[in-house]
Amino acid sequence: MRALALARWVRAWRVPARGHSGHGGHGAHRPPPQQKVSVEVLDHLEHLALVDFRDSEGVERLQKAIEFADQLHEVNTDGVEPMDSVLEDRCLYLREDDVTEGNCTKELLQNAREKVEEYFVAPPGNIPLPKLEERDTFLQGS
Amino acid sequence: MAAMAARACGGAWRRGWQHGRGVPGPALSPFPRGQRAVACNARVEAVPAGKSGLAPWVPVVGLEIHAQISSNSKLFSGSQVQFAAPPNSLVSFFDASLPGTLPVLNRRCVEAAVMTGLALKCSINKKSLFDRKHYFYADLPAGYQITQQRVPIAVNGSLSYSLCIDSKMSQMVTKTVRIKQIQLEQDSGKSLHDDTRSQTLVDLNRAGVGLMEVVMEPDMCCGEEAAAAVRELQLILQTLGSSQAVMAEGQLRVDANVSVHHPGEPYGVRTEVKNINSIRFLAKAVDYEIQRQIEELENGGTILNETRAFDSKLGCTVPMRDKEGKQDYRFMPEPNLPPLILYDAKSLPANMNQQQVINIDWIHERLPDLPSVKREKLVEQYGILPEHSFALLNEDGLAEFYENVVKQTRMKPKRVIGWVLNNLLSYLKQHSLTVKESPVSSFLLADLLNLLEKKEISSTAAKQVLAELWKGEGKTPLEIVKEQKLQLLQDQKELEQICQAVIDRQENEVMAIKAGNLKVLNKLIGLVQRETQGRSNPVLVKQLLEKKLEVATREKPHK
Repeated sequence: MRALALARWVRAWRVPARGHSGHGGHGAHRPPPQQKVSVEVLDHLEHLALVDFRDSEGVERLQKAIEFADQLHEVNTDGVEPMDSVLEDRCLYLREDDVTEGNCTKELLQNAREKVEEYFVAPPGNIPLPKLEERDTFLQGS
Repeated sequence: MAAMAARACGGAWRRGWQHGRGVPGPALSPFPRGQRAVACNARVEAVPAGKSGLAPWVPVVGLEIHAQISSNSKLFSGSQVQFAAPPNSLVSFFDASLPGTLPVLNRRCVEAAVMTGLALKCSINKKSLFDRKHYFYADLPAGYQITQQRVPIAVNGSLSYSLCIDSKMSQMVTKTVRIKQIQLEQDSGKSLHDDTRSQTLVDLNRAGVGLMEVVMEPDMCCGEEAAAAVRELQLILQTLGSSQAVMAEGQLRVDANVSVHHPGEPYGVRTEVKNINSIRFLAKAVDYEIQRQIEELENGGTILNETRAFDSKLGCTVPMRDKEGKQDYRFMPEPNLPPLILYDAKSLPANMNQQQVINIDWIHERLPDLPSVKREKLVEQYGILPEHSFALLNEDGLAEFYENVVKQTRMKPKRVIGWVLNNLLSYLKQHSLTVKESPVSSFLLADLLNLLEKKEISSTAAKQVLAELWKGEGKTPLEIVKEQKLQLLQDQKELEQICQAVIDRQENEVMAIKAGNLKVLNKLIGLVQRETQGRSNPVLVKQLLEKKLEVATREKPHK
């Protein structure tokens, strides 16, 4: 499922100018021939989502997911507003401003591997993924 | 004025992390120190092009302000909002991002955002959407923040603020900054960096608290403008009650985007300045960054599109560690929240639970008087100057104090204002007290001013009494006057005698006065005052002396 979400995002990133409705007047339309996802994009994805494609099979799975999503192009969406949630006709429930939760420090910290005096412990600051040249990944060879 | 011309650069601000087109500028010879040209406020001299052959710089300042919403519970959960509580005690399962939890929108937060939007003259979007902004940080347990990127709750407003253009604070000019949008979003938790043990401690009490992000267009050009705009916004938020906006408690956070360019050329590369903890530091940080960029560019360098932190101790900005350059937030719609629909009087649905309906017009009708309106009313009602009204509203509770004094005294409001702003306020400032903590109540001050008005004591004596009242020993002004024998001499004869005695003693001065140097009269008045231990009415003394010396002076208005 994660691959599908990533694939959707990769498509949008790769083809920025195309929205659903700007697709011209075509009906059935075959997707363009498979473009390989570049190493730069894969590296960028690993950086952003902290996923590890691990090996060529992982990349292949991503590739297939993109092709699967590309089938959406077969649908004519001229003049149709993009839907981003099946909840769009639902009412957004508004809660009253009362304090009803909290005060469960012990329970929350139960799951923490490390804690210091009721604080969660995390590694220092933000540790970004090292650059492509500097890390041990199969992507280097591609 | 060159400053005006140079500032006529509007244009839309380019949002998001973009590498602005840097302008190294024409072949620059280094500016001689002290002639850095900044086309801005009247305080700073702009070097007009052509005079020295070097083009002036136009600084551009845009602000992103996060105001913590004043509410009992958080934006999407029912945990409490409170400053300073035991770590992780105000955290619900949703705030900790435990699986299976869902966001539930807090009605009060929406109302706060609508109020703020209306006060800032924005258009309220009747349909707004929530999105996820993804990035990794220890204090963001979900890995994303719920915000409003596509369609925020309010857009296209404006904020008017005032500046003093001279150091005497007597001339004020009104400026406007456009508000691009206001959006609702979640706050993150707090990270405490423990470098010695190479770890970060995370407290999620603040995670999920509602924020209003107010995005201002880059219509400002220096630190002073930025500070004045933020101050006015702070007053508005506090008046509305939508946020307490105390910067020291992190309820109001300001990030400044700063760039410089030559007039007529495209905007320069901008830097973002963070870690600004007070309005004073905001002005300093912005001005420092402007100068730093000018110096850098004039020395042939370039400006990096980076984030810098303001170091208040050193008074400068430094590159911030821990920032990964261009961020890709992978915005996506928040799938768990349908669109937020707001109504007005016309579109109110008939058969809906009223608790589920937010009516923009209903909120509009109940907006309190904004600071600008309050100031106008004060000026109109009491005949004080605009700068007085600013000073009154600038201090919490001072306007109310002033009005109470006016109600309880016969002294004219125009005269009362001097006593409140010059005497009382300076005492408060000296002792770092708020109006609420003042040992001198409005009742006591009014009492004192009545004595002065009835001419039972002199102005100097009144100041002495005030100093005594300040000790807060519970004495009334009248008691102090009697104790220290400060009553004005009412006996005309005694006064005349003293005047005569002074005249007889000061032969040189008398000769000077008779020769035409009338200013020396003041010295004689001063001597009489000393003789009477400040208990003489200076106007009366002057008249008596003049009569005795047979000199006429022009009538000066008595203060």
